[in-house]
Amino acid sequence: MSEMYGKGILKGLGVTLKRFWDTYWEDAIWLFRQVTRGERRYRSPEGIAHRASKNARGIFTVQYPEEKLPVPEEFRFVPFLVYEEGPNGEKVMRCTSCGICSRVCPPQCIWIVRTTDPETGRPIPDPAEFYIDVDICMNCGLCAEFCPFDAIKMDHDYELASFGRSVYDKEKLAKPASYYESIRPRNAARENAARAAKEAARFAASAKPES
Amino acid sequence: MDTNELTAPGYDIPPELQGQVAITTLDRIYNWGRRASVWPMMFGLACCAIEMICTAASRFDLARFGMEIMRPSPRQSDLMIVSGTVTKKMVPIIVRLYNQMPEPKYVLAMGACASGGGPFKEGYNVVSGIDKFIPVDVYVPGCPPTPQALLNGLMKIQEKISGEHWRHSRWYQKGRDQAEIPIPILGPDLIDPRKVEEYSRRLAESEA
Amino acid sequence: MAVPAPVETLDLAARFPGWVTADTRPGYSGWIVAKDKLLDFARTLRDELGYDYLSSVTGVDYLPEGKMEVVYHAYKTTGGPGIVFKVQTARQDPVEVPSLVSIYPGAEFQEREAWDLLGIKFTGHPDLRRILMWEDFAGHPLRKDWREPYFEEEFKPFKSRWPEGKFQMAEEKARLGDNLTFPAGFDPKQKAEFDPEKALYEALRAYQKAETGLETEHLLVNIGPHHPSTHGVFRVAVILDGETIVNLKPVMGYLHRNHEKIGERNTFLMNMPYTDRLDYLTSMSNNFGYALAVEKLMGITPPERAEYIRVMMAELTRISNHVWAIGFLLNDLGAYFTPMLYAQEERELILDIFEAVSGSRMMCNYFRFGGVARDLPEGVLEKIRDLAFERLPRKVDELEDLLAENEIVRSRGIGQGVLTAEDAIRYSASGPLLRASGIPYDVRRAEPYSIYDRLEFEVACRPNGDIYDRMMIRFDEIRQSLRIIQQTVKQIPAGPIMAVKPAYQVRVPPGEAYGRVEGPKGELGFYIISTGKSSPWRYHVRAPSFINLTAFGPMCVGQKIADLVAILGSIDIVLGECDR
Repeated sequence: MSEMYGKGILKGLGVTLKRFWDTYWEDAIWLFRQVTRGERRYRSPEGIAHRASKNARGIFTVQYPEEKLPVPEEFRFVPFLVYEEGPNGEKVMRCTSCGICSRVCPPQCIWIVRTTDPETGRPIPDPAEFYIDVDICMNCGLCAEFCPFDAIKMDHDYELASFGRSVYDKEKLAKPASYYESIRPRNAARENAARAAKEAARFAASAKPES
Repeated sequence: MDTNELTAPGYDIPPELQGQVAITTLDRIYNWGRRASVWPMMFGLACCAIEMICTAASRFDLARFGMEIMRPSPRQSDLMIVSGTVTKKMVPIIVRLYNQMPEPKYVLAMGACASGGGPFKEGYNVVSGIDKFIPVDVYVPGCPPTPQALLNGLMKIQEKISGEHWRHSRWYQKGRDQAEIPIPILGPDLIDPRKVEEYSRRLAESEA
Repeated sequence: MAVPAPVETLDLAARFPGWVTADTRPGYSGWIVAKDKLLDFARTLRDELGYDYLSSVTGVDYLPEGKMEVVYHAYKTTGGPGIVFKVQTARQDPVEVPSLVSIYPGAEFQEREAWDLLGIKFTGHPDLRRILMWEDFAGHPLRKDWREPYFEEEFKPFKSRWPEGKFQMAEEKARLGDNLTFPAGFDPKQKAEFDPEKALYEALRAYQKAETGLETEHLLVNIGPHHPSTHGVFRVAVILDGETIVNLKPVMGYLHRNHEKIGERNTFLMNMPYTDRLDYLTSMSNNFGYALAVEKLMGITPPERAEYIRVMMAELTRISNHVWAIGFLLNDLGAYFTPMLYAQEERELILDIFEAVSGSRMMCNYFRFGGVARDLPEGVLEKIRDLAFERLPRKVDELEDLLAENEIVRSRGIGQGVLTAEDAIRYSASGPLLRASGIPYDVRRAEPYSIYDRLEFEVACRPNGDIYDRMMIRFDEIRQSLRIIQQTVKQIPAGPIMAVKPAYQVRVPPGEAYGRVEGPKGELGFYIISTGKSSPWRYHVRAPSFINLTAFGPMCVGQKIADLVAILGSIDIVLGECDR
């Protein structure tokens, strides 16, 4: 080779040295920020946000479990069922057991038993049983995407490790609408507005013939 | 070192010695040492392996748990992270690797596929969960579990280690360490030598 | 800027009267060639008509018609549209079709796959063994009358899930209580001897005998499937003379998850999340290819904004894949973890964008037929802009500073594992592997899809075809991808993101379609046959990782064993796609 031997290695070492130096330079910057603005580098939302931004430099690690990387609104883990809390604390499932989620599910991991009225034999819009085999579920989110009643949604809780295989039943899957609104505020607001508009339209349509 | 973590309840330390002396049990100190030095096997199967690598890499840094030394050799590893779909063609190798791991050994089934077959469960070449062949300690759901979900699972392993009693551990029991899992055979389909009798019986039943 | 060649009106039926006929089934195209004349036809096609690149070979089982068909897609490396030709044969065993390996060596693994999964025997194939399943496996699973042990119904959705969806494990329903099936008359209690490696070792030794005339003691080494440098569960059986590689056979299928069989039970939309798991590093790009193929059949085009989002995501995927590939190549070369950790930071930042847009870091499931699943959430476009204009150009330069001039990388990379331009075409190599050998062939330019014809970028190309060039071309491609992203960020229009109303059941008219994209690993193609039902009749993936491995053997022979992992690393395979 015609070039000076070792030059490339030195250049590479320069990069690593710069990275090493960056860590302490960042420390100094954050010390300044802490003194002037009270912002901390570790275990603080601003510190984590900085490490996930284009300006991240030096230390890049997010120290789970003390620090948790915030998940974006669209983040999807296993599905859950949304219920409304009634005035007396009863759970009113949004699910009408229409079965669209179980039909759209790619690995077919949703099992639904529809409730039927024992007298008339007609279906009642409330699932008698609802199972999701979490160890088949592929977290694709298609069930949530195509549910017409906003009843099945994708969760943000990923800390689900357990000592056994997981099959979630209706009890385990049900979570209140307030929880859903807390994890996906924008989506929930949009859906609530759309539902309210639909309701209003239906009310208007049913009111018309009478007047 | 945090002495509080080691101090066993039930022993009162005089006030003048607090912070200087720790009274502990053998179990606690033994498990504390093991818990903080679990060496996972560098063993990736599928998609989940990528998240496992991410867990070990820059952002999530497995070294904080004393697990950064990923050993490619089963002889040096304590934890097998079954990260991905277990296929029939692969399962003899996984069982062999498990047999080669020295006690104490732990198995973490990472993701839906390793836990129960996952989205590919219906496939003809897919094993419905690695727990059909080797004992699994912790299951981490998700497809794939995010690195933080895996870390959560690894903390569960640590939790399990903390709860163990050295006198009851299976690797100190006589004769137990010899029990190797028979290696499945790749015949016309995957044959588990332990279940041959059951297969014959079921075949006979279904023909009858 | 390469201009795509004008569409030629080839009338092959007139040129080969009697034994080539046009495929006139509704929705189909191409030519049906008489079985006994296939070799003559292919030779003419390659030598006289210039279709030198055989992209995809696959079989189709037409059970109702009692026919088997082999479908070939050939292209010109100078660009332009391709040609489809088919061979039909009766479905009675043995189903035999002449092998094209002597004309297009790139067909070797694909023909083996068709034999393994469909039971089509390719006469004249030099090494026709099973490739994905093991040798003793009973049956050919992709045949339409072959049913897996957990078989429930022909097509999804299964009726047992709703409205009487009593939860039941699949094991409880299966005949043997597990995912197992045995051929009639087989008794598992009988201690039969099975040796899955016998055929492989015989194939390796056969070469040796032919070469030397005697069976000398060469060393046989198995690398993998559990090996840190095989990038997953990949295995290579190598015959060594000292430290020099004499012969080599890749062994695959350790991650064969029956993608195609499951895909033929799924509805069209259900396949979208499954494509994420093909090449799990580049799910956006897989979505792209599949969406293109189905959209071709449906005859819809996504709205402008969706096209821009698609291209943006596909190019971000390319960057995240290439930094990963470079990092791992260096890992294989012995620069243990430092370049990888540096590269990972950039990948993590890109994954943050995917997570915000699609909801998942790796399994994006973001494309829909006629658009994308949802619009870019607030703030994401700014994040992409920050990365594409500020951070990534700087960081790519930094990574290049770290590696490009390093003497160890150069001495281990330059002149090692050379794949010549002619060989690259013959072995149907694609993607960076082909372009590093001096062939500027890129589907984005050769047969532009989406909005690539409007974007300015150059097809990265390097002349030498060695490990070093294959590493450097990834830097070049990252820079070109950044250029594309910068343009799309500037030009992205407002507007709808779906051309049609989102629906979980799409109507796909009968016919065939082959959609291909330039994935980060190479040409990713989806061959889909629809019969008008809710599920595809045939769903085949032309996986670049799989086909690029055809050239792996020839590249390694004559090299030292230590270079094998470096050569494999420079091809950049992902087993999820390779084995499917």
